[in-house]
Amino acid sequence: MKGKHSAGFFALIGAIMVMPLLVTNDYYLGVLTFTAFNCLTCVGLCLLMGYAGQISIGHGAFVAIGAYTTGILTTKLAWSPWLAMLCGVVLVLVIAFCVGIPALRLKGHYLAMATLGFASIVHVVAVAAVDLTGGPAGIVGIPRLNLFGYVLNSDKQYFYFAWSAVAAGVYIALNLIYSRVGRGLQALHGSEDAAASLGINITAYKVQIFMLSAVFASVSGSLYACYVNYIDPGPFDVMHSVLLITMVAVGGLHSIWGALTGAVVLSLLPEILSFLSDYLQVVGIQYQPDYDTLVYGGILLIIMLFLPEGIFSGISSVLSRVRLLFGKTAKGTDHAG
Amino acid sequence: MDSAFVDVLQFLIMGIQRGSIYAMVAMGFNMIYNATGIINFAQGEFVVLGGLMMVTLTMGFHLSIVFAFILSVLFVMVAGILMERLTINPVKQPSVLRLIIITIAVSIIIKGAAMCFWGKGSHYMRHFSGSTSLDFYGATILPQTLWVVGILCCVVAAYIVFFNYTMTGKCMRACAINRDAARLAGINDRKMVMLSFALSAGIGAIAGIIITPIIQMDYARGAMLGLKGFGAAVLGGLGNSMGAVVAGVLLGVLEALGAGYISSHYMDAIALIILLFVLFIRPSGIFGSAEAMRLKEF
Repeated sequence: MKGKHSAGFFALIGAIMVMPLLVTNDYYLGVLTFTAFNCLTCVGLCLLMGYAGQISIGHGAFVAIGAYTTGILTTKLAWSPWLAMLCGVVLVLVIAFCVGIPALRLKGHYLAMATLGFASIVHVVAVAAVDLTGGPAGIVGIPRLNLFGYVLNSDKQYFYFAWSAVAAGVYIALNLIYSRVGRGLQALHGSEDAAASLGINITAYKVQIFMLSAVFASVSGSLYACYVNYIDPGPFDVMHSVLLITMVAVGGLHSIWGALTGAVVLSLLPEILSFLSDYLQVVGIQYQPDYDTLVYGGILLIIMLFLPEGIFSGISSVLSRVRLLFGKTAKGTDHAG
Repeated sequence: MDSAFVDVLQFLIMGIQRGSIYAMVAMGFNMIYNATGIINFAQGEFVVLGGLMMVTLTMGFHLSIVFAFILSVLFVMVAGILMERLTINPVKQPSVLRLIIITIAVSIIIKGAAMCFWGKGSHYMRHFSGSTSLDFYGATILPQTLWVVGILCCVVAAYIVFFNYTMTGKCMRACAINRDAARLAGINDRKMVMLSFALSAGIGAIAGIIITPIIQMDYARGAMLGLKGFGAAVLGGLGNSMGAVVAGVLLGVLEALGAGYISSHYMDAIALIILLFVLFIRPSGIFGSAEAMRLKEF
């Protein structure tokens, strides 16, 4: 890890430690825990989209597969959630391999549509395979995770646990970026032909990073299932996959920190909007939660039109401009002195 | 009459009716793709918008079908033009990823707006000419299905005339083949891009209007209609609109047969599995030549 990133990483750890001291309300801790699941998926997706340059509008499917594997194995076969999570990871690896090999030969729009189609198929199966998935009614009674025989019962415990998983994910991702593999991925993002001519096996790289990002999504799905103890196909529709790439794109495709920023901002957006709606009512605007979709779309469009690099790099470019401004004035006074 | 034969006939009728809609969505995809190289992820939303506008005008304002039809199509065409002017045209030197996300953003906005205006429920609309089923060799056929097929034929005929026998249509084709060369020949290519969005939105709206009496439109149908329409476009070879029409009807028929003989629960998955297979095995589509496939980037 480079200096800037290790500073960021420690800041993340610090924020995770401090957060439950500031947020004592169980509901908001719960919201933050859901944010962690999205963050984990988005870190994986960012490796695929931002670093390897391959779009996937199908990662909601991997979240669903992870969640359903955990749900089915823990309730029907009474397996330990940990073993079920591991099985989910193995299953997702196999599926991502089988889908990734033909899909990643495609580019751009074709790849986007293929992954979107895959996500829809998984959703249709989750609704239709009633015997296995419980259909629209879903699966109830998924047990909580236990850590060394100690069940994670309170929201605070699960908050720490979920965010430790995010921190671990970020650590893995940052290490990967500054390895031979990470540089290879960035090279193939720039130009596949050039990367291939430098001896990078582009097919293998693309499929491997696709599988790794699918594992992130699967773990996030398993953690989600164990947290809410109940799953149904509703949260795993195509819109969820779209929302995931929205998070990565809004935050900033080209950095892990951007993806994290986007995931946090958009996961908290419904809360922020319902908080703001009280103030809007004072001005005379009746805000309803139904408008959320419209606001999501609007934010995404505005960011893509005016800040295509995302919020995170937008903020950092503003910061560096401010620093430059101050740097110049400091230099100016030196000359004057 | 043999009951197995009647079943097949009934599924074929269902399939052709669905397929006609996929065909028109696919034509819409192709128009924008030919003009800009963009796959418009908001294509399904045009269909929803057309259908819902028609519901409001006929059931809410009690306008005549013909008048409401024209107004709805114009409304969606304006939406298409606005989309192009406000979101596609201002973006200079866009990357594919950015364009994809922009059209996704537009689709979320249209979907969100549709949910705000029309609510979450599905909307009933009266059939164009009665809802009494007709008997067709033992199978039943709705008059609306005949309207769907008839209007698809009209749209295809209008498409052929427009692109082969009018100056504007020929200009659009020139832009699709080589934009730089077309510009050198004095064609305003930016205007052609705008026109392609307007026409594509118009075709989407027509598809939405004619299918609404049968499926009862709601705000969330756009994604699935768009995805299946894209399946038809790819199956017919992206950019090839006549191929898309044949592929759309074929996809609808395969879907209806699959729903009838395999499982109706997995009906939506059938068209999507076909889409994936085509993308994985032959992304140039069933009518694309191997030669063209080597030249194109997929």
